[in-house]
Amino acid sequence: MTTAVPTATGPTTAGPRSTTARRLLALGRAEATLLLRNRTALFTALLLPLFLLFTLRGTLTQQAEDHPGLDVDSLLVYGSVGMMLGFVVYYNLTAAYVARRGELVLKRLRTGEARDIEIMLGTAVPSLVLALLMAAVIGIGGSVALHLAVPVNPLLMLAGLVLILATMIAMAALSSSFTKTVESAGITTMPIMLVIQLGSGLFIPLEVMPDRVADVCRLLPTTPAYQLIRVGWFGTDGSSAATGFAGSWGTAAPHLVTAAVWLGLAVWGAVRYFRWEPRR
Amino acid sequence: METSQPSRPDDSVIEVTDLHRRYGSGTTGYHAVQGVDLTVGRGELFALLGTNGAGKTSTMELIEGLAAPSGGTVRVLGHDPHRERAAVRPRIGIMLQEGGFPGDLTAAETGRAWAGMTSGTRPVEEALELVGLAHRRDVRVKQLSGGERRRLDLAMALLGRPEVLFLDEPSTGLDPEARAAVWRLVRELRAQGTTVLLTTHYLEEAEELADRLAIMHGGRVVTSGTVAEVIAGRPSRISFELPAFGGTSLPPLAAEVAVDGRKVTVQTTDLQQTLYDLLGWAHRHGIALGALDARSASLEEAFLAIASEAANQAPPQAAPPSGTAAPARTARRRLIGSAR
Repeated sequence: MTTAVPTATGPTTAGPRSTTARRLLALGRAEATLLLRNRTALFTALLLPLFLLFTLRGTLTQQAEDHPGLDVDSLLVYGSVGMMLGFVVYYNLTAAYVARRGELVLKRLRTGEARDIEIMLGTAVPSLVLALLMAAVIGIGGSVALHLAVPVNPLLMLAGLVLILATMIAMAALSSSFTKTVESAGITTMPIMLVIQLGSGLFIPLEVMPDRVADVCRLLPTTPAYQLIRVGWFGTDGSSAATGFAGSWGTAAPHLVTAAVWLGLAVWGAVRYFRWEPRR
Repeated sequence: METSQPSRPDDSVIEVTDLHRRYGSGTTGYHAVQGVDLTVGRGELFALLGTNGAGKTSTMELIEGLAAPSGGTVRVLGHDPHRERAAVRPRIGIMLQEGGFPGDLTAAETGRAWAGMTSGTRPVEEALELVGLAHRRDVRVKQLSGGERRRLDLAMALLGRPEVLFLDEPSTGLDPEARAAVWRLVRELRAQGTTVLLTTHYLEEAEELADRLAIMHGGRVVTSGTVAEVIAGRPSRISFELPAFGGTSLPPLAAEVAVDGRKVTVQTTDLQQTLYDLLGWAHRHGIALGALDARSASLEEAFLAIASEAANQAPPQAAPPSGTAAPARTARRRLIGSAR
């Protein structure tokens, strides 16, 4: 500590003005480094979803025996993509928020220039990138390998993608408020994880469920956004015959509404209950 | 380096008026800050002192804009730090009481991340060098010592070349050498015109660094001013032990004398005269005064006296005129001197 403090007019130049993009990038980069250094988190993020894919394949094949019309290939690729988006973002991010809160990192970040929403999204950057990468690899690779049809309405797929990711971030924030330690995140995320797996039409397509159950499942938080992806991809959510680009909008409309409502609720809950520092 | 006095006293960087902060509501609520007024001028170093739970950190958080006050106003650089945070944050640097940096990032990576979130930064290397952490740049935060982590925290607060620096107990957990180095650094920053508001437990730190200070108790500012102003009127203290055989009574002294067994404490506003009278008396009677200690009024004395005065009042209020500081629970007799 012997050096004199260089003055503002000294030889060193001042860095640029901080912008939202720079802040998200800086936070995302730090968070990515942390993810790569945390073996447990990395394992959960990469290997667990892959393991789930094998389970998914088994479940779908079994269901196809009872429901001969089921397009197992399409549903397998679609279900896998859905699992990647949901699982990787939701689970990782819940653990990340809990860890950063425990280390008082969130509190410290709030003393800087980053706004609250930037802190939330910046922390989510690596989870989002990872989920999108895995979804893209599986989605594109699977489609090519299994000769799946080209998506009917990419716009709807995009809308579903954005809605599901946003909902997952908000629900991760919400879940983290009810999670004390990273270790207990496995338990606190269980209800939503089950909803994603079993109630969103990923593992069990809604059309093979009893009508009543299917109706209830259609109203669950993550189902509508996933249905949007399915309609955009295949032109049907399974309840009616497949349509083209124009017809898919009609099929998608109710899902768009419920998805937006759920996103709104999840964001409201996250804003209302999110805790920036540990309870003393 | 030249020391710049607070250039224009009216050019205030921090203005706090009738500040209140309540946690919770109703009867279960806690009123942590109860009407604090503060003004800190440009280039001034202001220290906030107080016992634990006095409301220092609560007050700091409101001035930093981390929370909205329950009542009163805060202006930092002419803006409301909470509602207009986008205007204020790029110009201030904050160091919290407890750092918050991920353990698995190195010091340099932490710096890079913070630099990406801060406007007009100095190079990360330079910030680490300022706090003497350049050689630890590639060490993970969790492997840094407590003191090193505090210094990393300080480096992050300095990264954006702030005009106003908020330091919440900056030297807690530092060894004496590191503390002296932090003091040097803070003094240098002040000399360059940085306004500093700091809280501290160490009265020595405030005495050493502060242009002005305020002592808080029970959510209020009990006294404030320069160190000299706060000490002014506080008595000096002489303490000693009388020999075991006794028999001799103390001389009349123009001072307040407290006797506790053989131990005697004298508080005086004229240390030299009282000491002269006392030593003359001891010399004449051939008495050896054990554990003799004489000290001028210090900030510590003033602080302890103010804290105990304030504690004796419920609810706490502004301190009464000074000079009546009383060590509680000791027999007391007043011997107004006639000898002189």
